[in-house]
Amino acid sequence: MTLGTWLALFVALVVAAELVRALRHRGLRQERWRRFFRHRTASWGLGILAFLVIIALAAPLIAPFDPNKQLDIIHLKNHPPSWTFLLGTDVLSRDVWSRVVFGARVSLGIGALGALVAVSLGTLVGAVAGYYQRWIDAVLMRGVDVGLALPRIFILLMAVALWDGLPFAALVIAIGLTSWFGTSRLVRAEVLSLRQRDFVVAARALGADTARVIFRHVLPNAAAPIIVSAALGVGNVLLLEAALSFLGIGIKPPDASWGNMIADGAPSIYTAPWSTLFPGLAISLVVMSLNAVADGVRDALDPREEPA
Amino acid sequence: MTSTSSLPPVLLRVRDLKTYFVTEHGKGTARAVDDVSFDLYPGETLGIVGESGCGKTVTSLSILRLVPEPPGHVLPGSLIEFEGRNLLALSAPELRAVRGNQIAMIFQEPMTSLNPVFTVGDQIAEAAIIHQHVSRSAARARAIEMLRLVGIPDPDERVDHYPHQLSGGMRQRVMIAMALVCHPKVLIADEPTTALDVTIQAQILELLDRLQHELGMAVLLITHDLGVVAGHADRVVVMYAGRVVEMAETDALFERPTHPYTEGLLAAVPRIDAPRAPRARLHAIPGQVPAATAWPPGCRFHPRCPYAWEKCAAQEPPLLETGVGTGHTARCWLVTEPERKVPKQ
Repeated sequence: MTLGTWLALFVALVVAAELVRALRHRGLRQERWRRFFRHRTASWGLGILAFLVIIALAAPLIAPFDPNKQLDIIHLKNHPPSWTFLLGTDVLSRDVWSRVVFGARVSLGIGALGALVAVSLGTLVGAVAGYYQRWIDAVLMRGVDVGLALPRIFILLMAVALWDGLPFAALVIAIGLTSWFGTSRLVRAEVLSLRQRDFVVAARALGADTARVIFRHVLPNAAAPIIVSAALGVGNVLLLEAALSFLGIGIKPPDASWGNMIADGAPSIYTAPWSTLFPGLAISLVVMSLNAVADGVRDALDPREEPA
Repeated sequence: MTSTSSLPPVLLRVRDLKTYFVTEHGKGTARAVDDVSFDLYPGETLGIVGESGCGKTVTSLSILRLVPEPPGHVLPGSLIEFEGRNLLALSAPELRAVRGNQIAMIFQEPMTSLNPVFTVGDQIAEAAIIHQHVSRSAARARAIEMLRLVGIPDPDERVDHYPHQLSGGMRQRVMIAMALVCHPKVLIADEPTTALDVTIQAQILELLDRLQHELGMAVLLITHDLGVVAGHADRVVVMYAGRVVEMAETDALFERPTHPYTEGLLAAVPRIDAPRAPRARLHAIPGQVPAATAWPPGCRFHPRCPYAWEKCAAQEPPLLETGVGTGHTARCWLVTEPERKVPKQ
């Protein structure tokens, strides 16, 4: 590691901490943000996520080596962590730190985009089913039952088998299309109870049309569970991508994702644990941070909680 | 006494309104509103009174077609005519153009009738944005103006408040502001003060009276509180078991209640000025409103009526006029056989 990369890393840390501090400071004036930051773990989670996102965005500045370059297959294979190779090298003599940094782009990208696709679709289907009820609800929910019953890893395997060399976008869409079932059930349940509420009838009495009622009066009141399910969804998608890559059908080598790094390092896990440990830690860190943030968001958005 | 013929043209005409609910598990059909007819004239306040479960709220929801379908449905043959147009025959967009614009409604529960996630300003502005396509800033100005009109102090500040920051009375004022943004011709007020304490009730009713005069709208005041009706309604419709049982001008109804049910309701109001034996019990109408799936045959009130005789159980009376040209009608055989008015033992 050179001085420049240390400096970049330090700057990333400071920026992340500063960002959280600024949000917190500004948030103290707003009830919702205040409720969020009352959670110490949520603040930490937000900070860690901000740090990882900054690292992913600034990957070329922070990674000391080309992540895909085999530095010296003879002498630097499975090199243990040192000052030069902060997290060691893997079986092909690639720098693990650089790969973790570049892998963050892929993994976080898939996680965020996949969850976005899944939550949007799930929200839409759930809202339509819950609002219209009757046969529309029956048809959509039986579809969801089928979707939940099929193991999605097999659906994805099928997609991969049909489409050789799955591009990144297709992988995101495939993951999104197989991950929305749970969200749609959640949203449907919320909508079912919200649509009976007095303020929804009041909105209809004012002349609001169905789209307005759903998007303005029903869904905003279901925002808390939707956002929480999105946050947890990112974690799930991340784990799914790791599982797919581990099976060799996710991100194509030599590009790094945290999942395929674990897969690559698995055979030498006893001799060179660092090549699997650190991407694994990164995944755990993101999932735990997201859980903490989701907790905070849920509390911040809970309309039942009166201001302190 | 004003005769019906000298009144201005009818604004809202309800004829033979039947709203039934299909109950689950095949228990049958609940005839919540069964053949209700009344007229609402411009600028007047028409009170609809009755016990819980007699069809008041369903009647009001039927007018704006807000009855949840299924299980509810308004039967063909019903007529709800607003300015000559049958609301039951309107398409969905035509109906939306009437809702909140020409006919507005305020609800019983101010605590739950406001959307908790939007500011009151946003909610008041909504009807103006929907119906008049005004800009956001113009809508906000309208919201502030409406808040001032309904007597909320510091409207410039309150406009940005969320419902949970307001008291019950304030929220009901906000509801009224929401309903009146587009200056509707008819305001349906479904038990607007039931959830409020007594002093706030009086304020809200006074506010409604004032706004009615300022804006010249007709009010359909639905309540179970005869005191409210006495003070604020021009005419009264008494409902029982999904039917109109008596209809009269307010003074006439209170002076000469004709239907035994109306009599019972009036007797059930506690009076501080009436001489009473110490420890005397309040009068109550015996029994309860029967289930809407099984109204009794004949007059629907006869099982609870102190005067009922065989004819009442056999044949349901029509709405009978109690005096020529008074517009006072009652659904009771006593109108034709007043000598029968002897309480049973």
